[in-house]
Amino acid sequence: MARDHSLTARDLRKRYGDLDALNGFDLDVEAGTIHGLLGPNGAGKSTAVRALTTLVDLDGGTATVAGHDVRTEPHAVRRSIGLVGQHAAVDEILGGRQNLVMFGRLFGLAKAAARARADELLDSFDLTAAADRPVSTYSGGMRRRLDIAASLILAPAVLFLDEPTTGLDPRARNEVWNTVREIAARGTTVLLTTQYLDEADQMADRISVMNHGRVIASDTPNALKRQLGGDRVVVTLPRAEPLGPAAERLGTAVGGTALVDAETHTLTFEVGAGVVGLAEIVRALDATGIGPEDLLLRRPTLDEVFLSLTNATSSGTAPAADKEVVRR
Amino acid sequence: MNTLRSGWIITQRDLLHWVRQPWTPIFSLLFSVVLLLMFGLLFGGAIDIPGGGYVDFLLPGMLALTMMFGLETTTSAMANDAKKGITDRFRSMPIGSASVALGRVGADMANSAVELAVLIGGGLLIGWRITGDLGSAALAVLLLLALRFALLWVGVYLGLAFKGDSTTMAVQTLIWPVGFLSTVFVSAETMPGWLAAVTVWNPVSATATAVRELFGNPTGATSGILADHAVVLAVAWPVLITAVFLPLSAHAYRRLRA
Repeated sequence: MARDHSLTARDLRKRYGDLDALNGFDLDVEAGTIHGLLGPNGAGKSTAVRALTTLVDLDGGTATVAGHDVRTEPHAVRRSIGLVGQHAAVDEILGGRQNLVMFGRLFGLAKAAARARADELLDSFDLTAAADRPVSTYSGGMRRRLDIAASLILAPAVLFLDEPTTGLDPRARNEVWNTVREIAARGTTVLLTTQYLDEADQMADRISVMNHGRVIASDTPNALKRQLGGDRVVVTLPRAEPLGPAAERLGTAVGGTALVDAETHTLTFEVGAGVVGLAEIVRALDATGIGPEDLLLRRPTLDEVFLSLTNATSSGTAPAADKEVVRR
Repeated sequence: MNTLRSGWIITQRDLLHWVRQPWTPIFSLLFSVVLLLMFGLLFGGAIDIPGGGYVDFLLPGMLALTMMFGLETTTSAMANDAKKGITDRFRSMPIGSASVALGRVGADMANSAVELAVLIGGGLLIGWRITGDLGSAALAVLLLLALRFALLWVGVYLGLAFKGDSTTMAVQTLIWPVGFLSTVFVSAETMPGWLAAVTVWNPVSATATAVRELFGNPTGATSGILADHAVVLAVAWPVLITAVFLPLSAHAYRRLRA
């Protein structure tokens, strides 16, 4: 029988004092996909991961990981998962190889098998040269790779990564991204939490946006962006051209509203359908005699998606302060 | 069976630490030896113990004190693993829930056995002598290890229940007055009455006095409960401490899931 690599969570609840860390958390992750759990600090992402990996008890709800109930079969869940937590949870005094052998033996492998598996993993994570050095001498990226390797010893059905690139430099971040993509390509289901919108956009097949302990939107990255309306045309104006009047004149000409960003000296228009919208803007620029420095057609960013979603669900959240909307 | 095996693997991790960073255990051993020499040679002449030399009185006390200081090692090791996420990694793995504590017990008891051996060797070098029989001496060593074992659970509990660095610091600070408020360095009979009353009920005093008795060294206790029942107390205290703190440790470990 094929292993069940999927994950479902229904109405998960977890309370810490006055705080509902999980407040009706629902999630479906399809087998073999990378699922991004996106949200700000304190949204409940880590609590969700800790509940799904049997580290904390739930106050309510049901969750199944790789076909096993998190609450009634925690041991079976632990056999099917790998967890990469926020800290690189490896022993710093030991070498990389010693770490992997120790964790391998704890996963039930015999000594020889644990050594063989450690060598394999060291090789595929490019750590063989540093295998016998103490982990305290490793770079942040190497430590993270060792940490991920340690969670892959039994080839888990579901791999959890809790903010795996926090604190890493861009190069190390890219290494981790590539690693995770390779893992997913071999059939492991990946649930990845992140505060970085570009990370979720880059990595995930689907994204669930989380706020105040629940998922407020769940879709493919592209569909999420579409939810926010059409594409964007960004008009960069010469510094000599005053933004306000230009925004009004162009806005009137296309029958729309411009988002003004004084810092980059740009006007951003939401347009209906990609190229048609771009053409409209070009005609309006011609008609008003405004000569742009640059013109860019783009999809909405996840930042924009996130801001609009969280503003819709949490009252009192101020819109981005450095941008003002000019109405016609 | 599975839990014992996992516990042993976690113990081996600590034993490997000694191999990779031998200076840490060596320094902690040197510290005990220096303390022994300092008190034995420096203060020895000034402290009069009826029925023997000061070194004969001091060494069993130092052994008991060393067992007590082990509490600090246990607490900081537990707190460190919790802080660095290593405890969580263990908890997310398919191993018995007692494995983590068992691993700690194995490593710390091995550490303490080595410490005892070094201190006993050092004591023999500076003139300490065992005058009791071999069976009693063996029982003395067992009582010392029993104290370490009991306090180990205090350390596991403190490390699990209060994960912050401040706990480790508190233990490091408090362990000195508690250790000195005992019969390790001087007989309770030379103290003011109220202080002696407190000192007599310190578990370290019970073990120190019992071990002196069993090694055939001067006990510094001529009357009172320590003179009459030191060995019984040195068994009862560790049993009592373990009976309280082992369940508390198990509870604290379960509370990690809360």
